[in-house]
Amino acid sequence: MVENRYLLNTQLAQMLKGGVIMDVVNVEQAQIAQEAGAVAVMALERVPADIRKQGGVARMSEPDLIKAIKESVTIPVMAKARIGHFVEAQILQALKIDYIDESEVLTPADEECHIDKTCFEIPFVCGARNLGEALRRIAEGAAMIRTKGEAGTGNVVEAVRHMRTMNREIRQLANMPTEEVVSFAKNNGLPYELALEVKKLSRLPVVNFAAGGIATPADAALMMQLGCDGVFVGSGIFKSSDPVRRAGAIVKATAYYNDPDKLLEASLDLGDPMPGLDVASMPAGERLAGRGW
Amino acid sequence: MYAAAPSGVIGVLDLQGGVQEHLEHLRRIEVAGQPIKHASDLEGLAGLIIPGGESTCLARLLRIFGLREAIEAHYHQGLKLWGTCAGAILLARENIGEAPCLGLIDIAVSRNAFGSQLDSFNDEALAPALAREPIPLTFIRAPKIISVGTDVRVLLQLNDYIAAAEDDRILVTIFHPELTPSLAFHRYFARKCGLNPASGDETDLDPNWTPQSWIQSRK
Repeated sequence: MVENRYLLNTQLAQMLKGGVIMDVVNVEQAQIAQEAGAVAVMALERVPADIRKQGGVARMSEPDLIKAIKESVTIPVMAKARIGHFVEAQILQALKIDYIDESEVLTPADEECHIDKTCFEIPFVCGARNLGEALRRIAEGAAMIRTKGEAGTGNVVEAVRHMRTMNREIRQLANMPTEEVVSFAKNNGLPYELALEVKKLSRLPVVNFAAGGIATPADAALMMQLGCDGVFVGSGIFKSSDPVRRAGAIVKATAYYNDPDKLLEASLDLGDPMPGLDVASMPAGERLAGRGW
Repeated sequence: MYAAAPSGVIGVLDLQGGVQEHLEHLRRIEVAGQPIKHASDLEGLAGLIIPGGESTCLARLLRIFGLREAIEAHYHQGLKLWGTCAGAILLARENIGEAPCLGLIDIAVSRNAFGSQLDSFNDEALAPALAREPIPLTFIRAPKIISVGTDVRVLLQLNDYIAAAEDDRILVTIFHPELTPSLAFHRYFARKCGLNPASGDETDLDPNWTPQSWIQSRK
């Protein structure tokens, strides 16, 4: 991949800042999302809450479905490939969607390696629980990062944990004398050159969105106030009682994340949110965030 | 005349999209920039940049928070406007196949006219009104300006589309100068707003700019 292309891909992510990316499973939902002000849609066969409930192997969505969704909206279309499944990614690139999410929400295809994203022209977003994971994905060619959170739970606690962890590790790095960076990088699994760049910038060098468990306008604004650049909402919209209103409200709350009056306004009269799941009592095997290495 | 211009401040509409990138470029030409989130923030601005982002998202937020009417009102009192990419779509009088948003400049645009992200590209071209050397251009899921009215001047024509145009009060570019080291368009807009930004050299490329410079304005 030429350097130019990678830069263009990180820059598309910059244009998504302050926006909401919504999971959709059909054309009708994609149009609702666009109408509500989503900056992109994630085309899926099942939202994470259903993947969690139904179990089985979760794979890349049917190309026909992704194609139909792509033809129904003008905003960018993203789709998920399994971790390490570079052929699913090749197919998604051939489909000419706008972004691939190499996602722990799908069943991993490789328990050792992620996709070598530098072989692709198309941009990738990847999940991370901490700075090491984020920088390893960037080293592999990801143009955008998101927290993993715990998808399909409607519980924001893991996304908060992952964002706070990244922020803490970035602060540590920024305040550290340079001679300590090598051992910090070694102990935390950080590629050294990228660790130096983060130290210099006091931030990830690419756009970082929140994902995994966001269900309310307040959840979205919480993640923005913690320093995320934008928000993915998966099951939170179309598993709620009034997806149209909730989608619009989360868009408002993300744009005005620092304005409590506007957040109150966005939180009124929304109907019921998706039912939530307790993550603490969840068996380790049911947690999706542990997938990826 | 617009009485409020003396503030010398150029606002950047801060609802969604490439806000920090524009603020960072304004800082580099030593013009005061301010993020604009509320109608009341528009008071006293010399100019307003509507940045790139998703035009459907921006249009909805402009509508529901009353900013569309506020921008129109300030425009009629003399506020200068610049739309980049999505911003140009919002300012266009005609948006092929869709309803216009602000509709303040007599141009017709076709949204997302190049294709998907795989069709995003870099180019460079000479825009004699802006700089003596070619200007680097970054197009990201860009629209095309298909035609312009008689009171609109073309600043940059490429192949079968217009990439930059202006009338007396509005500038539109379908590419993103704020994603390149070129300061030429920011300086040009500042002058259009009646400000007097520091002069650049012939290329007007900032050697200290990097693709991560926006992060400085994020913090």
